[in-house]
Amino acid sequence: MDGWLEVHDSTEQTINRLLETLLTSGVVDGLLVPLRTPDGRNAVPTLVRDPALLERAAPLAPVLPVNGATVLGRITATGAPGRVGAVLRNCELRTAVELSKVQQVLLDDVLLIGMDCLGAYGVEDYARLVEEGLDAVTPALMAAREGGVEPLPGYAFRPACTMCERPIPGVGESYAPHIAIGLLGVPNDERLWVSLRDEELGEALGLEPAEEPAGRIEAVRALVAARTAERDRRFAAFHERVHDASSLLAEFATCILCQNCMRVCPICYCKECIFRTDVFDHPSARYWDWAARKGGVRLPSDTLLFHVTRMLHMAHACVGCGMCSDACPSGIPVADIFRTVGRAVQARFGYVPGRDPAEEMVIATFREDELRELGER
Amino acid sequence: MTDFEPRIVAFLCNWCTYTASDLAGTSRIQYPPNVRIIRLMCSGQLDPIYVAKAVLEGADGVLIGGCHPGDCHYQSGNYKARRRVAIIHQVLEQLGFDPDRVWLRWISASEGQYFADTVTEMVAALKEKGPSPFRRQWSV
Repeated sequence: MDGWLEVHDSTEQTINRLLETLLTSGVVDGLLVPLRTPDGRNAVPTLVRDPALLERAAPLAPVLPVNGATVLGRITATGAPGRVGAVLRNCELRTAVELSKVQQVLLDDVLLIGMDCLGAYGVEDYARLVEEGLDAVTPALMAAREGGVEPLPGYAFRPACTMCERPIPGVGESYAPHIAIGLLGVPNDERLWVSLRDEELGEALGLEPAEEPAGRIEAVRALVAARTAERDRRFAAFHERVHDASSLLAEFATCILCQNCMRVCPICYCKECIFRTDVFDHPSARYWDWAARKGGVRLPSDTLLFHVTRMLHMAHACVGCGMCSDACPSGIPVADIFRTVGRAVQARFGYVPGRDPAEEMVIATFREDELRELGER
Repeated sequence: MTDFEPRIVAFLCNWCTYTASDLAGTSRIQYPPNVRIIRLMCSGQLDPIYVAKAVLEGADGVLIGGCHPGDCHYQSGNYKARRRVAIIHQVLEQLGFDPDRVWLRWISASEGQYFADTVTEMVAALKEKGPSPFRRQWSV
């Protein structure tokens, strides 16, 4: 069921009231939603059970301190005692779908609430703009009415956001969240475009059924096209930079092997990772052997192996959320690299991460009648 | 390049390709000594990290050997290996490394001659390509 939700007061308050209705009417027993931290400089996913806390809810705050699917896993994977409504950006929704395939998120008792993503800033940038007294939400909503998604003057979105071609819930996916809130290409200061999976909820929320407005369809199409072009530009730029062993090493030259990219990657979910063991603590004499063979050995060793192995292990399921780039202290464009490599791997198997919970993960399955050219002379 | 001798790291499954290499030996079939064999119980046991390690350490080629499709001792290990090799090829190609340095071959326990031929063929192909670009890289 699709239709309009009237805006009273402000857009954000209208969304918050919708969330409050879900919680107080018992549709959900808890809400996973970003709340403004007491100082206001961040908005962090919080499991809310007391509706009074929702006055701090900031579903539109353009900041992504953690991929929400990771924390959705914490509160569902080993059995949630109730139903949770999860307010997630579309990259987080895709991640939740991927993680559900490996039982790291259980979607059975989750009411997914998606929203048009109007871009997000890095945590530092977001804190800075709050400190400067800037309001990031109002101008973003104003631009969205005209179909635009632009950062504030003097600020830039997270790199992954600029190349995100799937910012709208349900568009380009073969599933939709239970509730999708549309802000783009609609008069979002008067009414919001809401798509629901089931009819009953529509009555509870007081939705006024309608056809999707043409202006919105056009705005979504234009945004997806612009983002796809930027994505392809970044793919081409990567291949321009990296084309042989030397240029590959140059790409990772500034890596300090902190492994932050892995730590924050929601797809890298393994509890026991080979890079967190002593497998790479070699006997001292080994380093001397390697140094003798190659003239020298970079220490700590296996820096490039770390990144290449991560690509081999998880690029097939990379949803492009970009947490890796945010976390890199050396400014390596990790997300660009993983998205470029990921897309090639995914294309080989016709796999689109996060598109469909029923689609099996690339390395979790096989077909007897595929890839026949491999293994033969 | 004439004195270049490629180094190949071979990951062979216990039940088929390793046994084939053994048969090549006991049958006294001659083949180039450029291959360092690591025996696995199954090609499906091969974590791609080992291939990456070999490549980045400067191996000129990596050979992965398993049972023919349908013949896996553990039913489906070779199908899983095949997917992983497809992933390895894609990743290496995207990173500007010649994916044709990593070979997957189905060689059964009775195919000692085929194993020897494969190594001969691979050594020739790698001599053509020259040394791995990672051979002299100390900063990997």
